[in-house]
Amino acid sequence: MTTALRDYFDSFTLRELFKGLRLTGKRMFSSKVTVQYPDEKTPQSPRFRGLHALRRYPNGEERCIACKLCEAVCPALAITIESEMRADGTRRTTRYDIDLFKCIYCGFCEESCPVDSIVETRNFEYHFENRGENVIHKDELLAIGDKYEAQIAADRATDAPYR
Amino acid sequence: MFGFLDSAWSALPYGVRTTSLIVSKIAGILLPLLLAVAYLTFLERKAIGYMQVRVGPNRVGPRGWLQPIADAIKLLLKEVIVPTSANRALFFSAPVLSVAPALAVWAVIPFADGVVLADINAGLLYILALTSLSVYGVIVAGWASNSKYALLGAMRSAAQIVAYEIAMGFALVGVLMASGSLNLSEIVLAQQGSVLHWFWLPLLPLFGVYFISGVAETNRAPFDVVEGESEIVAGFHVEYSGMGFAIFFLAEYANIILISALATLMFWGGWLSPFEGIFPTGVLGWPLIGLLLGSGIHWFLLKTAFFIFCFLWARATFPRYRYDQIMRLGWKILIPVTLVWLFVEGVAVVLQVSPWFD
Repeated sequence: MTTALRDYFDSFTLRELFKGLRLTGKRMFSSKVTVQYPDEKTPQSPRFRGLHALRRYPNGEERCIACKLCEAVCPALAITIESEMRADGTRRTTRYDIDLFKCIYCGFCEESCPVDSIVETRNFEYHFENRGENVIHKDELLAIGDKYEAQIAADRATDAPYR
Repeated sequence: MFGFLDSAWSALPYGVRTTSLIVSKIAGILLPLLLAVAYLTFLERKAIGYMQVRVGPNRVGPRGWLQPIADAIKLLLKEVIVPTSANRALFFSAPVLSVAPALAVWAVIPFADGVVLADINAGLLYILALTSLSVYGVIVAGWASNSKYALLGAMRSAAQIVAYEIAMGFALVGVLMASGSLNLSEIVLAQQGSVLHWFWLPLLPLFGVYFISGVAETNRAPFDVVEGESEIVAGFHVEYSGMGFAIFFLAEYANIILISALATLMFWGGWLSPFEGIFPTGVLGWPLIGLLLGSGIHWFLLKTAFFIFCFLWARATFPRYRYDQIMRLGWKILIPVTLVWLFVEGVAVVLQVSPWFD
């Protein structure tokens, strides 16, 4: 009975509403959490999964052996691989395409790769200007790998103890 | 040189002189009002951002100060799209129906003692009439768009505004019982004395009802089911783009400023200074301090700005009401509260309770 009366009284004094207003009023003066993106950036994990790259061995030989595990594991069917035997008897890809519109950046390709060839770099700021540019080919992937190799190798080394 | 201007002015026919004077007065009210509306949108985004621990718009110009200009230019340059099955004449007249009353009301608002475009005796009645007219803009927009979301929004708006108009009208009846006048300047002057003489104290429940209905009348959060993004997209103006949309926006924000200005005039002493009756009259005679502490337009603007901020504060705080709850609040709580308080006030007027009703 008394609680019912008190609730009735409370609702007429708008007590709960003023409590809410007090909270938002206080928040107005608290420090802001906004990260002003192009000027400021959030820290990245060494496991960050961004744009893909194909890596090479230190002697310049491409790592990928066309085992097609990444193609098989890819849940979005974003990877297309064709391969043939080279003159020296090793198997290499003739085509390695990734459709970046299909890719969901899950990192399974990276996990499945037995030779650490396909990796995802920390680069997430890229765009396309024409139709068809969303499919990136083997030479582009290798070029990205060459460009970011130092960062990629450092990230793999950091993460190695936990794998 | 001024003598020449003077003689040129008096050489003009009387009709031309009066008309040009009135038009310049109207411009003097409307241009600052439109600027205030533009920067109210900016203030809203900033204030709500700050309350949500964000920083709000800060990219256009220094600290984002040019954001409203950029928004206005964007809306002006955008294509005006008319739905194929819309009623063209009504579709284009709806924004006008919506914005015209919102601007015309300002004719009777006294900004300071004697600073008013039309000092008419039925000012309060004029305001009630024009604010009721603004619902037509919403209904016509919803109907002319020939879209189900727009129609639903318009229907909700009609029912909601009708329900809250009554509570608002009753709250204003309380004000005119206390002041004994429908003239807004006289209502303010009836509150002279001190902060405790202002009508907010004897009419506190009516002020609460007035402000809540004011929020509902302008279709602002938490009573914004008319626009209800999550249910009916944008409600009555979902089919409007470019200029039409901008004009609806202008009307909504002009109405917010209006409701705040009216709350100031009727319950919080308008342009009267809160220091009245506290300092000895000698202090108010001092050159600059007396001007600041004394009554004047700055107090009116300051109080209005505070109530405008309360609109934004409420929007940042409260979740949207469910539609049946809005109706319950309007019909079963606000109207009975006003009726009870009108009775209490009537008794107080008969008993001549000082200092308000003597």
